[in-house]
Amino acid sequence: MFMIPEFSALQAAISSATEAEVLWALSSDRPSLAGLAALLSPVAEPHLAAMAKRSAAITSKRFGRTMQMYAPVYLSSFCVNRCAYCGFSAGNTIDRRVLTFAEAESEAMLLRQRGFSHLLLVSGEAPAKVGVDYLEELTLRLRDRFAALSIEVQPLATEEYARLFRAGITSVAVYQETYDREVYKQVHLAGRKADFDYRLETPARIAAAGMREVGIGALLGLADWRAEGLALGLHLAWLRKHYWRTGITVSFPRLCPAEGAFKPLLPVSERNLSQMIFALRIFDPDLGLYLSTREEARYRDGMIGLGPNRYSAGSCTAPGGYGRPNPGGEQFEVGDSRSLAEVSAAIQAKGFDPVRKDWDAVFQAQGDRQQAAWMIHES
Amino acid sequence: MLTIAGRKFRSRLFGGTGKFSSPEVMKEALAASGCEMVTVALRRVDLNNPVDDIMRVLDRDRYLLLPNTSGARDASEAIRLARLARASGGGEWLKLEVTPDPRTLLPDAIETLKATEELVREGFKVLPYINADPILALRLQDAGAVAVMPLGSPIGTNQGVLTRFQIEIIIAQAQVPVIVDAGLGAPSHVAEAMEMGADAVLVNTAIAVAGDPVRMARAFALAVEAGRIAYEAGLGAVRKDASPSSPEDGLGFLR
Repeated sequence: MFMIPEFSALQAAISSATEAEVLWALSSDRPSLAGLAALLSPVAEPHLAAMAKRSAAITSKRFGRTMQMYAPVYLSSFCVNRCAYCGFSAGNTIDRRVLTFAEAESEAMLLRQRGFSHLLLVSGEAPAKVGVDYLEELTLRLRDRFAALSIEVQPLATEEYARLFRAGITSVAVYQETYDREVYKQVHLAGRKADFDYRLETPARIAAAGMREVGIGALLGLADWRAEGLALGLHLAWLRKHYWRTGITVSFPRLCPAEGAFKPLLPVSERNLSQMIFALRIFDPDLGLYLSTREEARYRDGMIGLGPNRYSAGSCTAPGGYGRPNPGGEQFEVGDSRSLAEVSAAIQAKGFDPVRKDWDAVFQAQGDRQQAAWMIHES
Repeated sequence: MLTIAGRKFRSRLFGGTGKFSSPEVMKEALAASGCEMVTVALRRVDLNNPVDDIMRVLDRDRYLLLPNTSGARDASEAIRLARLARASGGGEWLKLEVTPDPRTLLPDAIETLKATEELVREGFKVLPYINADPILALRLQDAGAVAVMPLGSPIGTNQGVLTRFQIEIIIAQAQVPVIVDAGLGAPSHVAEAMEMGADAVLVNTAIAVAGDPVRMARAFALAVEAGRIAYEAGLGAVRKDASPSSPEDGLGFLR
């Protein structure tokens, strides 16, 4: 089972880093965890441009001149948790809704018309509203029409992930939010999510269930971002070792004003965020790195080619928001409101290809239905 | 002239469609490479969609399409993809890739052999992507593979022919054509493989991510030809990135 060291121990490892370790990490093909700590440290800050260059070279070598495009579909804003930073927090008075299957399908089809074939299905954590049955049924309805379907919902049991994998989900993201137990306790006031360890063990359950890909991340602005970066490195190194068949992705959600008007406890600058992204890319060249529309267009354009290889576009973070714009009740406000076409144009202007399809529905046919589908092809 | 499964190829350089900055750049680079066989990832394209961004620029009269099973983790996934490709008009040629480890994308020998046996039974012309394992190459040949595609070094590493010793054995033993695939990062690497007696090479990334992919494609074509001529005539780098010139190079957008 994955164990995370005390946050203070992570901070100590980072603050003891030297410039020589930074330079060594920059010139090594596979930096160690000590190298990652150095790259995340204040000592590395004067070397940010060199880190950007190294990160860009690794990204181009591993992923080519491409950017994989996706869009989120918010299914429900109901949530049983009280998280101080989140627009969906159970304490907030917002107009809550859960999409019917027909509504969810129509949102998905709107995105398909706009050119997306990779969808991320997102919901607040309320199993009574969006549970495994709901997700399984929706997946079966959508899977033949999309190249890849991912979810970001409440943590589930291994057997439940296996069910969703058979239905057609290939990738699952569950963010720890913060790897600092104390801060975790302070901001997760109630609900199942208050259990730090259950959440920490979730990525391993996802991988054990056979998912192709698991997403981890920390919500930036809650605790010391440098130590979060090192914790992510530890977590992914552990996952690599125990689940070598599973791809790993990291997201970098940076806190922005939500309905609950939560102010980041420890603000993270663009410079900090960039250092964290470059450090993780250099540490693990194979990571899928997301940079979502939480960030401003200017920043996202600047980061094209430097490390992230997955961009969303035209995102709406409220259930039903694609068919009925400005519904209110968003999880967070987006920083980049450009359409897929506009973001794609910016990506192309930098000499990169915005890839809309990088998987295929055939990969999603894992379960019993695959036989039925093949009998049709072969008859 | 190179012959694979009864089909003749003037060029001994095979291309790919991944990682280019745009379909237009890809089209030009493939034309400049002179290649006649192009591999395309089934996960990436819609074979029967005429407006698919890759398929619309690939001239099927000019290039023999070699669909590949990139992303398949075991034999059953690869077989499923292959059947789908054929049903969608992808033809019988298949580059079989079975890569359970998403990090290194190294091929699984056992699953590759299983899938080859089944796909040959079903009438596919199978070109399996393999580690440079001479015994495996022979087993695949016995199973009916029409060529073998050993890797020069792990895909995307640009390290050249690190498996030189093993590939020499494969070339010496195999009765089917040997196409060196993966890890070929520079024209000098493909020249080396061709001088050793490889029947052909497959290059994608090194062309796709070059500063000028079209000129790089030409450079690879010349290197393949030079290496082949040298072989027939009877012939016996790890890189680190330089530091940027100014400490803030390329980060002017940060606020």
